[in-house]
Amino acid sequence: MNFDLTEEQQMLNDSLRRFVANEYGFEKRQEIIRSGAGTDKTTWNTFAEMGLLGFTFPEDYDGLGGNAIDTMVVMENFGRGLVVEPYLATVVLAGGLIRDAGNDAQKADILPGIASGERLLALAHYEPGGRYNLSHVQTTARKDGDHFQISGQKTTVLHGGQANQLIVSARTSGGINDESGLSLFLVDIGTKGIQVDDFATHDGHRTAEISFSNVTVSADSLIGTIDKAFPVIERTVDLGIAALCAEAVGAMDAMNAATLEYVKTRKQFGVPIGKFQVLQHRMADMFIQTEQARTMAILAASEADSDDRASRREAISMAKTLVGQAARYVGQEGVQLHGGMGVTDEMFAAHLFKRLTLINLLFGDANHHLAQVSDGLLAKTA
Amino acid sequence: MDLNYTPEQEAFRAEVRQFLEDNLPDDIRERVQKRLRPDKAMTERWQKILFEKGWGASTWPTEFGGTGWDPIQQIIFEEECALAGAPRQLDFGLRMVGPVIMTFGNDEQKRRFLPGILSGEDWWCQGYSEPGAGSDLASLRTSAKREGDHYIVNGQKTWTTLGQHADWIFCLVRTSNEGKPQQGISFLLIDMNTPGIDVKPIIMLDGEHEINEVYFDNVKVPAENLIGEENQGWTYAKFLLGHERTGLANVGQWKALMKRLKEVARQEQDGQRPLIENTRFRDRLAQLDAELRALELTVLRVLTDKRGPGPQASILKIRGTEIGQQLFEMLMEAGGQDSVAHIPEALELDYNGPRAGSIDATPSAGDYFNMRKLSIFGGSNEIQRNIIAQLVLGL
Repeated sequence: MNFDLTEEQQMLNDSLRRFVANEYGFEKRQEIIRSGAGTDKTTWNTFAEMGLLGFTFPEDYDGLGGNAIDTMVVMENFGRGLVVEPYLATVVLAGGLIRDAGNDAQKADILPGIASGERLLALAHYEPGGRYNLSHVQTTARKDGDHFQISGQKTTVLHGGQANQLIVSARTSGGINDESGLSLFLVDIGTKGIQVDDFATHDGHRTAEISFSNVTVSADSLIGTIDKAFPVIERTVDLGIAALCAEAVGAMDAMNAATLEYVKTRKQFGVPIGKFQVLQHRMADMFIQTEQARTMAILAASEADSDDRASRREAISMAKTLVGQAARYVGQEGVQLHGGMGVTDEMFAAHLFKRLTLINLLFGDANHHLAQVSDGLLAKTA
Repeated sequence: MDLNYTPEQEAFRAEVRQFLEDNLPDDIRERVQKRLRPDKAMTERWQKILFEKGWGASTWPTEFGGTGWDPIQQIIFEEECALAGAPRQLDFGLRMVGPVIMTFGNDEQKRRFLPGILSGEDWWCQGYSEPGAGSDLASLRTSAKREGDHYIVNGQKTWTTLGQHADWIFCLVRTSNEGKPQQGISFLLIDMNTPGIDVKPIIMLDGEHEINEVYFDNVKVPAENLIGEENQGWTYAKFLLGHERTGLANVGQWKALMKRLKEVARQEQDGQRPLIENTRFRDRLAQLDAELRALELTVLRVLTDKRGPGPQASILKIRGTEIGQQLFEMLMEAGGQDSVAHIPEALELDYNGPRAGSIDATPSAGDYFNMRKLSIFGGSNEIQRNIIAQLVLGL
């Protein structure tokens, strides 16, 4: 039992902290967002040079053999600086999925390309009407000789519009909400029949709605075992949740720092407003919530790579519940304590608030994950 | 970073568990698990059993007869004790005055007082709060005037938990009115049998006698009972409060209670189904379960931090007491209307009379009322927020 970062993780943490502080300032970030490209080539290349893009890939595929704790260190720093690059979509989700479920040829084809920064991928899984339910898939993949034909609609494909390739979930058998009968396919974005609607998100990231109309892919684009993709999808989403939890903690740290700075300098009634006890206690509660969220982000990262499904699911859902609640609390209070300034576009706090709000919504909000924990309780006592 | 216990720690856990299985008397286990009225003799008996094993003080270094365990071992020990149904050891000697004597007392004081705490022969209580000095502790007025080789103590202490059983009281007394209020405070150990001390019960809202007022009328205390230097007591008092706070997270006991609450939720009927199938109840249970997990890991994170706990211990006090209070509240709610009956005599081990509802419903509302104290004592949770604001956030 220890909560210490390794020496390498500490170095990674230090260099990322420097990068965010010195090279990813608020102005630079806003510029990247305004460009509409959704990703900044220079920043992405820097990440590649730092080894971040292949950190959690095996060494055989140009990676560094890292784990979810390393991802936690990266994401916490990204949260602190509100980095909008497609790290979650490409490295954590798509990269993690290929690493865990791809065959040797797929790993050799894809992972080095992600690590070098040349290739961007996205996971196209969620569908309209499915809300957060991971087994809700209506998109079909019909076997047609040695090809598959994919048809259906995908929603909330994070950085889908920027990706060169998509990992698409589709039903190869079973009913709409069945866990069995799901399969995963690797699809080039330019394939005939794909329609991508790319949107900005409120927090400066990108998302896409993507439709597939008789999109033909070869049989070797199947990832993992046919009909057996559900555990892979669930596991990948858990990796994503752990990463989001860490990002939220970084953003909460930044919100607390920004708010603290503000209440120490803003004067009303002749004194800095931080002298008022009513605000002090709210800052104390923001701090408590953040520390509790930090603990849960550590728990999520520690369990994210686990093959023990029940234990992993419980930890991840407990973490997303408490982190989602803390993100909401710290976000709202941070804005409130900034007064009128908190609701202006010029304040970093406002942007932290937006990211924190959206992190709660992504991959299941606090209510959804609380219900998961709750149902787990019932299963355990049955 | 590794949240798993090492094989050595798991082996240690097994050893503690085995010891408890072999040595925790059944009547004590039953009394604790049924949440019956605490009993002085029970606490003393259990302390003696632990003492004979060499485990009398899990948080003390070996040179004073403690176990010398690291923080993780201490937590494992506490957790296993709670899960087995062992009574909580008395904090006043072991976690409060003991560490103060070890750190600031002289050799004679260590020799004289520490063994009695360890064996459980001496029952200690705490003389901090006064009617006019609660959160503003430094405004305390109980005076100690030096006369030759004695102090003459006059004044009143209050909220003295289990003072009715105590052999000794450690007191904050005013030895000077010069300078800031904090500067004139001294730390004095007083024999409860000294003439001039009067203990009066305060009955709590659950009808139980747990706390007291202690009056001092020209009480003659030997000067050798002064800890450290005169007028430096505030430093020792703050040191003690830091130790107290980490103990107040109380994770082991809350985990045992959570386990019980889950069992109760399966046993209590909600119409034709067990209560656990009521989604609204179960969701709140799940929320509390997640918060307890967060508390448990936060305690481990803070206690293994090489920089030491410091003012962050206030987080543990706040969250620990909030979670504890919610556990008792949910236990009461689990009992439903069965919780309304007040049957004080049913809190004794030999009670065989009628009761309303299940055995878990009997103590539940009383416990809930009693446990409102958690967020008030040991520095109220509002004072803890002041500490965080001032010492952590620099406001």
